[in-house]
Amino acid sequence: MNNLSVEHLTGIKDLTKNDIELIFKTADSFKDVINRPIKKVPSLRDITIANLFFENSTRTRLSFELAEKRLSADVINFSAANSSVKKGETLIDTVNNILAMKVDLVVMRHPNPGAAKFLSERIDAKVVNAGDGTHEHPTQALLDAYSIREQLGPDFKGKKVVIVGDIRHSRVALSNIYCLQKLGAEVMVCGPTTLIPKHIEELGVLVEHDLKKALAWCDVANMLRIQLERQDIQFFPSLREYSMLFGLTKEILDSLDKKIVVMHPGPINRGVEISSDVADSDQSIILQQVENGVAIRMAVIYLLAAQISR
Amino acid sequence: MDKRTILNSKHFEITLNRLASQLKENHQSFENTVLIGLQPRGIHVLNRLKKILEKDLNTTIKCGQLDITFYRDDFRRREQPIIPSVTNIDFIIENKNVVLIDDVLFSGRTIRSGLDALLAFGRPKRVELLTFIDRRFERHLPIQPDYTGKTVDTLSSQRVSVEWQEVEGEDKVVLFEEA
Repeated sequence: MNNLSVEHLTGIKDLTKNDIELIFKTADSFKDVINRPIKKVPSLRDITIANLFFENSTRTRLSFELAEKRLSADVINFSAANSSVKKGETLIDTVNNILAMKVDLVVMRHPNPGAAKFLSERIDAKVVNAGDGTHEHPTQALLDAYSIREQLGPDFKGKKVVIVGDIRHSRVALSNIYCLQKLGAEVMVCGPTTLIPKHIEELGVLVEHDLKKALAWCDVANMLRIQLERQDIQFFPSLREYSMLFGLTKEILDSLDKKIVVMHPGPINRGVEISSDVADSDQSIILQQVENGVAIRMAVIYLLAAQISR
Repeated sequence: MDKRTILNSKHFEITLNRLASQLKENHQSFENTVLIGLQPRGIHVLNRLKKILEKDLNTTIKCGQLDITFYRDDFRRREQPIIPSVTNIDFIIENKNVVLIDDVLFSGRTIRSGLDALLAFGRPKRVELLTFIDRRFERHLPIQPDYTGKTVDTLSSQRVSVEWQEVEGEDKVVLFEEA
């Protein structure tokens, strides 16, 4: 099958293993393209894409914009901070106004969980979810898994990945759990009890509260940022205490009897969830993740745009 | 389905040798010439010619594989997106003579995409086109080969397929009606 089974990318939950592998295979070609002297292909010359960011973002927005431009699509950008959303316009109205300008595909980040799905059911354009509240962030999970595949090979069976940190508020964690499990990997989450959602075991993940034990178990550690902006109450006494118990330092890494791969979706809080020397070490693939992000987003947009008929 | 062989293995080999000789005539030592095969099936023509030429000239010839999927003009006009093959060109073609190689020249659209794709690797001095089979009278674009293995006159409902010993088990060219 050379076609995705979905019409929009709202979450990893809706994808099949074949979909994910198709995206990876297409991304391989795009990774080749973005390493050439001329990093652009003309595939999406007649496609217009709107990037709607109702929530702050640097990496994801730049990555999407670059991916779209490297595919030769026309791009318009919108961020809620300086827009009519502040004047009380509803999401559907905002988006329909933008679609009236003949847009084929919408990339949206929104603070409300389910916003991407809500939109995809109501508008006549392709929707790519670039993060919806604490729900999903599918392209991040795809690029994370793609980066793991690059390090450990294409077979995820038996590979062990631990996600450390604020699982409760993290869309990256949920998307990663779905994605890695579909590919056959084993997933563990690790963090303070207050930041691990109740009943998360029902997703088939292991839960651990001791960072050292979790690291001894895994092949890959994905360190998440503490999302202070999503925390309405205090979930742990202090950042300093969190850092002592769940921060990844060179000392802990060196005490392990194997070399694990260290990942971080960014932005990094140096000295909180990850120490500077670990973030900059050769075990860290943080910058490869960013590079792969462009290739993955090119692949997703290319495959979805292929479904648009004129 | 009625399959007719229009080139058997003996003539197949003669044709390849003739193409190699023609290339030698025009490019002599291949110092400033690179051969680029179009994915997927042009690669077989490329590999055979490379083998013959390198044996004759006792030198290595720079060769590359070019995938044109992202440069096609029928994106979204097909039922399913085409999954790209590998592009493997580890040199810059700036100021080089490039021989673009494919197995069958039909509408000329693949070659047009190939020319576009090629530009991502530099500005060649000159580009030539070699096709093993030229289905003349079927062209949609003003593109003609510089080297032709065999010219065949066909109806557009027919298909011409070049088969290779290393893939299909026998060197031959067959003509058949599309099912």
